[in-house]
Amino acid sequence: MEFAELIKTPRVDGVVLHRPFMPTVEGTLCLTGHHIILSSRQDNTEELWLLHTNIDSIEKRFVGSLGTIIVKCKDLRVIQLDIPGMEECLNIASSIEALSTLDSVSLMYPFFYRPLFEVIEDGWQLFMPEEAFRDLESMTDEWRLSEVNKDFSVCPSYPSLLTVPKDIDDDSLCKAASFRHGGRFPVLSYYHKKNGMVMMRAAQPLTGTNGRRCKEDEKLINATLCAGKRGYIIDTRTIAVAQQAKARGGGFEQEANYPQWRRIHKAIERSNVLQESLIKLVEACNDQSHSMDRWLSKLEASNWQSHVKEILTTACLAAQCIDREGASVLVHGTEGTDSTLQVTSLAQIILDPACRTIRGFEALIEREWLQAGHPFQQRCAQSAYSNGKPRSEAPVFLLFLDCVWQILRQFPCSFQFSENFLIMLFEHAYASQFGTFLGNRVAERVKLQLSQKTVSLWSWVNRPQELERFLNPLYEPNNLVIWPSVAPQSLLLWEGIFLRWNRSTKCLDEAYQEMVHIIEYNKELQNKVNSLRRQLAQLETEDSPLQTP
Amino acid sequence: MEHIRTPKVEQVKLLDRFNNKSVTGTLHLTATHLIFVESNSASAQEIWILHHHIASVEKLSLTTSGCPLLIQCRNFRVVHFVIPRERDCHDIYSSLLRLLRPVSYDELYAFSYNPKQNDQQREEGWQLIDLAAEFERMGVPCDQWQMTDVNREYKVCETYPRDLYVPITASKPIIVGSSKFRSKGRFPVLTYFYQEKKAAVCRCSQPLSGFSARCLEDEHMLQAISKANHNSRYIYVMDTRPKLNALANRAAGKGYENEDNYSNIRFQFVGIENIHVMRGSLQKLLEVIGTRSLSMPDYLVGLENSGWLRHIKAIMDAAIFLAKAVTVEGASVLVHCSDGWDRTAQVCALGSLLMDPYYRTIKGFMVLIEKDWISFGHKFADRCDQLDTDPKEVSPIFTQFLECVWQLTEQFPQAFEFSEWFLIQIHEHIHSCQFGNFLGNSQRQREDLQLKERTYSLWAYLLSEKQNYLNPLYSPSFAESHPVLEPSTQAYHFKFWRNMYHQYDRSMHPRQSILKQVLTLKESNRELEATVQALKTKLQKFGVSTSPLKPKTPPIERSLPPRPQSLILGAPLLSRKEVQQEEEDEEVFGEEAREDPPASTGGERTVEGSSATENGYGELPGSFGSKNEPAVVTLEFGVARMTC
Repeated sequence: MEFAELIKTPRVDGVVLHRPFMPTVEGTLCLTGHHIILSSRQDNTEELWLLHTNIDSIEKRFVGSLGTIIVKCKDLRVIQLDIPGMEECLNIASSIEALSTLDSVSLMYPFFYRPLFEVIEDGWQLFMPEEAFRDLESMTDEWRLSEVNKDFSVCPSYPSLLTVPKDIDDDSLCKAASFRHGGRFPVLSYYHKKNGMVMMRAAQPLTGTNGRRCKEDEKLINATLCAGKRGYIIDTRTIAVAQQAKARGGGFEQEANYPQWRRIHKAIERSNVLQESLIKLVEACNDQSHSMDRWLSKLEASNWQSHVKEILTTACLAAQCIDREGASVLVHGTEGTDSTLQVTSLAQIILDPACRTIRGFEALIEREWLQAGHPFQQRCAQSAYSNGKPRSEAPVFLLFLDCVWQILRQFPCSFQFSENFLIMLFEHAYASQFGTFLGNRVAERVKLQLSQKTVSLWSWVNRPQELERFLNPLYEPNNLVIWPSVAPQSLLLWEGIFLRWNRSTKCLDEAYQEMVHIIEYNKELQNKVNSLRRQLAQLETEDSPLQTP
Repeated sequence: MEHIRTPKVEQVKLLDRFNNKSVTGTLHLTATHLIFVESNSASAQEIWILHHHIASVEKLSLTTSGCPLLIQCRNFRVVHFVIPRERDCHDIYSSLLRLLRPVSYDELYAFSYNPKQNDQQREEGWQLIDLAAEFERMGVPCDQWQMTDVNREYKVCETYPRDLYVPITASKPIIVGSSKFRSKGRFPVLTYFYQEKKAAVCRCSQPLSGFSARCLEDEHMLQAISKANHNSRYIYVMDTRPKLNALANRAAGKGYENEDNYSNIRFQFVGIENIHVMRGSLQKLLEVIGTRSLSMPDYLVGLENSGWLRHIKAIMDAAIFLAKAVTVEGASVLVHCSDGWDRTAQVCALGSLLMDPYYRTIKGFMVLIEKDWISFGHKFADRCDQLDTDPKEVSPIFTQFLECVWQLTEQFPQAFEFSEWFLIQIHEHIHSCQFGNFLGNSQRQREDLQLKERTYSLWAYLLSEKQNYLNPLYSPSFAESHPVLEPSTQAYHFKFWRNMYHQYDRSMHPRQSILKQVLTLKESNRELEATVQALKTKLQKFGVSTSPLKPKTPPIERSLPPRPQSLILGAPLLSRKEVQQEEEDEEVFGEEAREDPPASTGGERTVEGSSATENGYGELPGSFGSKNEPAVVTLEFGVARMTC
């Protein structure tokens, strides 16, 4: 298919762009296969480049022959385009609608994007499972790298290489896989170096109504326990939901069959509920006419902050089991691709200082989200303004980022990256020129040949000139476990995302610059003092022989 | 002291209000403080509670571990002791009941507090703030405004200060006539003069208009205010009450200005609720946030139902209206409520702060409080319950003002010379009765009490500790580019002030404070600049010439006062030895954390105040590995507790 077929009017002059807190721009609007471009053709005004994939929905309005298109983006921005001419406006609108809802992955922009920079370090090669395993090997010899899923047949949503207990052979893995939803048998997620405890993740066991059991599955997770020790199973669903799952063939680990494990049920909501929550929250944030009471009640009704609290609490609980109780943990929900990953990845941020560096965080996302099979393409197909029927969209990853932001707020000196890094990840998860977040699982990415045909987000982000924007000037590395407060009073609305387009940040930005200035000046002075001291010491040693006689 | 029956009780447990942690220590009762000293020698935290800070003491029903005593403080500290013997508990309880309700001013701490200063220092402290100089700074007296001596002897209005500023055309008979037509004699006077537009902010109390009464002198008075400003043909009269309240007042012979009787006024109701509503609102807020294991919906619904932020927004909206009328329209504004000492003080003070950058400095903020609150007779003694007064008079009016200022600091991080710690410290002292400034209800009463001779001034104390209250991001040039602040009043800009209402609840706070970090860096910058200078001087002795250092801030060499222990600023730095001794929630911060090698010897470390048990993510049964209990029972018990 040619994009040109969808573009009836490629160019309109005299279009006026309105954006909140920014001056209006008048110029020429161009439609390309992947972008809406608006340029005033003047040197000093900003151009608008908007990816079609970033568009969540559009609305059309007409006053006489002046048409207006309101473009609502997945990054939650809302812009308005005034287009002279009814026909032009209709054409533009229908083109945008068509281009922003293309289903075929291979037509996505990453396949067409050619970087204007030289790729020095290929992001596709950065975080290989083999490498992570080498690190693990240096700490323990209890684990092995299994190739049982080499052709993605045992578990389609897992990567080809998986870390499993050394004593469990591939046959047992296959049997355990047949006992878990989607074949997602328990695999290693995190090894806590301090006390050798581990965190594993899986999907729900397929116990069904008649209480099926699987010896291999039991053996597999028991193999992760030290002699005489017991562990915790954190089920991200309430007991009621887990019970109901039995009727559909799912279920949970029965105490009788897993006597060495204690099960804890938490209540992290599932995808459709989360999507609803996001829509309500954004609606509340965008309505400027709210009174205090109405705002608070809308915020409450959206339930977003409750989800943040619940996810964070569960992650803290997992971390607490590992670090405080000295017990190993298995985390799962239903499919093991959403709430499970939120919990395992957040727990690692709490426990492992490495995850709080930029590289470490990238590795975490690669490991616990991309390779672990979070279906990014499905979840991020639509954002808060979608008016279509929700399929499997859900802000699972955004909630994870929100939780990271909450921890970052409470420990502003413990992260190498700043809030901007999290916002950037949110944007790219929903619409990007890079291939990193395309597809739903490793198998799909291999098939699409993403690593050959597209550029990795990490190839771009890790360039020093880009990285600079994402560094946290307050960062002071520490090797500590950081326990966030999960009291509602301590959790805030993430303004950087949800009020981003609804407020002027000029004063806040300037204050931030001042802070950066103070920190940099401090470093400069410290260097100056050191160099002067050296100079002085040198002069003194040169001088001393003269003085001593 | 005769009220203290048991000065010391040992083996007292202090429970954390939000989790199951407790520490054991000794409770001391002195004439001024209740002191808890933790027995554990390593951390040995001490809690000093001034009797004046205690709002209520409650003896709860006896438990197996002892007799619980719940103490709520006005600075939002809540402590929960468990005293082993019922008798001791009762003694402490009854002593406190007597001590926390002083019956005469002489019993207040300010009259016994002695910071080891001589008389001269004390006097200097009281001379720091000079309101005559402040009016001069605004440009008053001038050709339109003059000082009147009509209230020199407090004869016209005993709750006003002696020196008052009125339009030059307002003669004595007009003033006296107007004062008779105003509640408590509080006639219209100048409180702020916006020099640029010659527009005035005046304040008064409600007129005694009833349903139809009028007063020509009062009408003349408003006319005079209007005429003093050539930039505008009208003045605004802001009645800060909800219309319904004002209407109800008419039945009692009070009310509001009838636009037909006063020429050229634009009358406006603002709708700030009265002291009783505000008291109830804070009460509700504190109940909500004091709940253990508070859920997110309960928190948000509770926040909404308390109405607290709605009231804060109403005050802010009123102040913005005032500032706009003065700075944009150039119109003079007369503000009143009922008696003109609560809502009026809030709106006039906050409005002035929006208009004048001076009030956003440390010294200027003191002047502002001194002017609009202290001198114009905000009833601090009654509102803060300094003496055992009518509980219906108590209300967090001044607290709301401080919170509004805090909300502004959140929107304009560079506009204020002070940080929120300054606001919290002032709040601490309106209740502490440690300094004379806020004692009593009016200037006249303060003079009768001879406060300047017998007590010390808070402002001198705060200025001596100025370093601690600085906002490191403050930019004087911001004031030049933003002389008038124009805050957004979108509902989502109003946030819950956690650092005020949870200042003593360590588990609620961010574990690393940006404020403290940047403040420390800024201090360090000053020291480093001095070091660079000293090194260069030394180098010059060796004949090395160095480029002169251009200090970005003037180097000030002086020893800094000790930083107060505050959870908001982060706990004090402990020595390394102490850090290693501590067990679970030791405080490691800043430099200490940097100096130590990773995974240092000794006990485990976490970032300050950050501990898993403190936060209560879920109750994990401690006896997980215990062999004595039958496995299944423990398991079920555990699951039940964990899922509940």
